[in-house]
Amino acid sequence: MIDPKKYFCSLSLLLSLACCVRGQDVTALVQQVRNKLDQVNDYEAAGKMKTNVSFLKVPVASVTVYYKKPGKLKIKNEKGFSFIPRGAVNINMSNILNSGSFTVLDAGADKIGNTIVKVVKLLPDNDNADVVLSTLYIDEARLLVLKAKTTTRDNGSYELEMNYGKYAQYGLPDKVIFSFNTREYKLPKGVTFDFADGTEKNPADKVKNKKEKGKAEIDIKSYDINKGVLDAVFQ
Amino acid sequence: MSSIIRVSHISKQFKEIKAVDDLSFRVEEGDVYGFLGQNGAGKSTTIRMLLTLVSPTSGDIEIFGKRLSGHRKDILQQVGAVIEKPDLYRYLSAYDNLAIFAKLSGIRPERDTLMKQLDMVGLAERANSKVKTFSQGMKQRLGIAVALVHDPRLIILDEPTNGLDPQGIADIRSLLIRLSREMGKTLLVSSHLLSEIELVANRILIIDKGRKVVEGSATELLDPSRTIVQVETTDNTAARNKLVTTGWAACLQESSATLRLQMNKADIPVLTSDLVGLGISVQSIQPRHSLEDYFLSLTTPNIHVDTVTN
Amino acid sequence: MWTLLQIELFKIFRKPRTYLAFAIIAAFVFLIQLGLLVNGRDWMKFMMGSLDEMMDIEYSKLINGYAVCYFVLNLLLVHVPILVALVAGDIVSGEASMGTLRLLAAKPVSRTQIILAKYFATGAYVFALLVWIAVISLVVSLAAFGANDLVVAKEKYYLQVEASDVLWRYFSAFGFAFIAMMVVAAISLLLSTLSENSIGPIVATVGIIIVCTLVSEMEIPIYQKYIKPYLFTTYMLGWKGFFYIGSDAENQTIKGSVENLPAILRSIAALLAYIILLVSASVYIFRKKDILS
Repeated sequence: MIDPKKYFCSLSLLLSLACCVRGQDVTALVQQVRNKLDQVNDYEAAGKMKTNVSFLKVPVASVTVYYKKPGKLKIKNEKGFSFIPRGAVNINMSNILNSGSFTVLDAGADKIGNTIVKVVKLLPDNDNADVVLSTLYIDEARLLVLKAKTTTRDNGSYELEMNYGKYAQYGLPDKVIFSFNTREYKLPKGVTFDFADGTEKNPADKVKNKKEKGKAEIDIKSYDINKGVLDAVFQ
Repeated sequence: MSSIIRVSHISKQFKEIKAVDDLSFRVEEGDVYGFLGQNGAGKSTTIRMLLTLVSPTSGDIEIFGKRLSGHRKDILQQVGAVIEKPDLYRYLSAYDNLAIFAKLSGIRPERDTLMKQLDMVGLAERANSKVKTFSQGMKQRLGIAVALVHDPRLIILDEPTNGLDPQGIADIRSLLIRLSREMGKTLLVSSHLLSEIELVANRILIIDKGRKVVEGSATELLDPSRTIVQVETTDNTAARNKLVTTGWAACLQESSATLRLQMNKADIPVLTSDLVGLGISVQSIQPRHSLEDYFLSLTTPNIHVDTVTN
Repeated sequence: MWTLLQIELFKIFRKPRTYLAFAIIAAFVFLIQLGLLVNGRDWMKFMMGSLDEMMDIEYSKLINGYAVCYFVLNLLLVHVPILVALVAGDIVSGEASMGTLRLLAAKPVSRTQIILAKYFATGAYVFALLVWIAVISLVVSLAAFGANDLVVAKEKYYLQVEASDVLWRYFSAFGFAFIAMMVVAAISLLLSTLSENSIGPIVATVGIIIVCTLVSEMEIPIYQKYIKPYLFTTYMLGWKGFFYIGSDAENQTIKGSVENLPAILRSIAALLAYIILLVSASVYIFRKKDILS
C-alpha cells in the first residue's frame, strides 16, 4: 500500500522541479513587482490597527506607518500606546523583496478570493539569514502581492494578506492583515492579585491552544508618498 | 421643696458582685448631699447609674420628677458631673475641651462666656494650653468648669478632691459652698472622707457594700446630744458590768471589745465622776459625734452600729 | 447629630496620630514614584513578561501617570486598612482608656448618635485619606509621568484602557475603595466598643484582615466554596474590576465598558451588608454597655 504522505511529498518535489524550469519567468515577475515597489522611497500612512491576540484586550488604535528605504518601517501610535507585533516590519513587501539576494522558485498557481495568483517561493542565498523561506502570492495582472508567508529562524512564521485600492499603482495596500504565532502567556497570581468573585467566565479557555495565532489588521486611510521621512522617526 | 433625685430600691449586679443593693434615697432642691462610703462601697456605681452610664439591674431613678430611663436627654441637659478623675482630651486645649462639652450639653456659648468659666476656676491664663501639660489640680478645676459650663440645676461630683493638695481641697470646698449658697445649685458630692463632706453637706448618706448604712441631715447626725463616748478602762468587762446597774445602762452600746455610750456631750463630766465613784480605773474618755462613729464602724469591723434613718 | 459629628471630626483631626497616616502614605507613594522614575522600565518589562519577546513595546508610554497610580493602588490599598484601623480602632476604646467616654456618655446625646457620629467621622477620615491618596498617587503621578493609555496585567491576559477612558474608572475605584475601607472601619468600631484600650482593636482588626485575606486567597476547594463567598476580603479587591475593561469576541476593548459589572455590584452589596451588620452590632453593644472606664 502506498503511504499517502510519501506520495504527496514525492508529488510536491516533482512539481517543484517542474516549476524550476519556469524559474526565469517568476524571477522576472518578482523583479517587476519589486520595480513597482521601488517607486516608493518613503511614505507616511495613517490608519487604524486592530489587534486580535487572545491574551491582549486592546482598543482599535489610530496608527501611523512610516517607511523609508532601505528596509526601515515603524508603526507608531502617535496619541496613545500600542503593542506592535515584532516582525510587523515585514508588512511592507519592499522590505521582504529587498532583504538580500534569493533564489526564486515557481510554486504554481493558487486562488485568493476570485483572483488567480502566482505562488512564488523565495529562498535566501544566505544560509544564516533569519528568513528561511518566503512564499508570495502574486496577482500577475496587477503586479501586486496579495498574500505572503514568511518563516524565520528565530521569530516564528508570519503571514500577510493584503487588499489594494487607490494606492495599488505603488504596490501599497489599503488593508494588511498580519498574522503571527503567539506563545503561551501567564503571569504569577501573586503579581497581579486579580479581583475575582468566582463568577467570571474562565478566560483561560481562550488561550489553551498554544499554537494560536495573533492577528494585527491595519486599515490604511491614506499614504503620503515620497514626501520625505526623517530618520529620527525610526529611532 | 421638690425632690431633685429620687432613687428607689436600685440594685446593680456585676456578674457575681452586687455593687449596689436595694439602695433608696432622695436629694432635695438646694441640697448639698454628701455621699459617703469607702472605696468600693458602691458610690461610683450609684453615680454612674444616675448619669445613665450604668443601667440598674432593678429599681427606679427619678430626677427632676421624671423617670431617668424615659427622659434621659431632658434630664442630662440639666446635670453637670465630674466622675472620678477629671479625664479630658489630653491633646486638646482647656478652651477646646470646654467648648466641646458645652456643645455636647446643647449650648453654644460665646468665647467670653467660656473664658469667664475658665476664669472662675483660675484657668483663664492657661486657656490655650493642652490639658496634658496640666497638674492634677488644674485638671480637677477644668473638670469642674466642664461640669458647670451649661449652668446645670444638678451637679454631681464624684470624689472631687481626689489627688488634690490641701490648698486644692480648700479651693474646691469653697467653690462647692459658693455653688450652693450663691448660685442655688443642688449638689451631690461623693467622698470616702467624712472630714470633707461634713464641712459642706447639709444631708448625708453613708453606704457600705452597696447598702445604705445611714441617711440623715447633717445637723441630726452631728447632734451633740447623740454623741458617742468611748471609754477606755483597765478592765472594760468589769466596768460594763458595774455600769449596767446604774442609770447609764440605757446609754450603753453593745460591743464586745470597747465600752461605748450614746449620750449628751455635756454630761461627760458627770459620767467621769460616776466611773470614779464606781471604782473604775479610767484610762481615757473620747467623745465622737454619731456620724463619725458610723463611718468609723465601716472601717473597724468589730464595732456594731445601729442604723439610724430618717 | 451634626454637632456631634463636628465634634468627632474636630477630635480626629486634632489628634497627631491622624496625620501619621497621611505622612506614611505620602512617603510610601513618593518612594514608589521615585523608584519608577528611575527604574520604571525594568519593572514594566517584568510585568510584561514574555510579551516583550512577541511585541514591540514603547515603554516610555507604558510608564505613565495612570499606570503608576494603578501600581501604587495595588500596593497601597492592601495596607490602607491598617491606617484605617489606627484611627477607627481607637475611636471608642481610646476614649474609654483616656476616661473621656464616661463624660461623653453622660451628656444629653443618645448612644446611638455617639456611635453613628463616630462612624461617620471615621468615614470622613477615610474619605480624606483616599482623597489624599488620589491627589498624590494620581495627580502627582500624572504631573510627573504624563497621561497615556493604561495597561493592566491580569493573570491570563492584559487589558488596555485608552487614556480618555481611565479617569472615571479611577473615580469609581476610589469610590469602591471607600466602601471597602468603611467595612474595615466598621470592624474596628465594633472591636473598639468591646475594648477599653486602643491597641487591642487595632491589632485585632489587622489580624482579622490578614487571616481573611489568606483564607480568601488560598486555593483550597473547601475554603473557596464555603468560606470565601462570606469573607469581606473576597470583595475588597473589587476596585480593580473597574479597570477590567470589557471586550468583544475579537479581543477589542469596548470603551466605557466593564468586564464583569455584576461582580462589582455584588461586591458592593456584600460590603454594604457587612457595614450595616457591623455598625448595627456596634450600636447595639454600645447601647447596652455599662461604662465603667
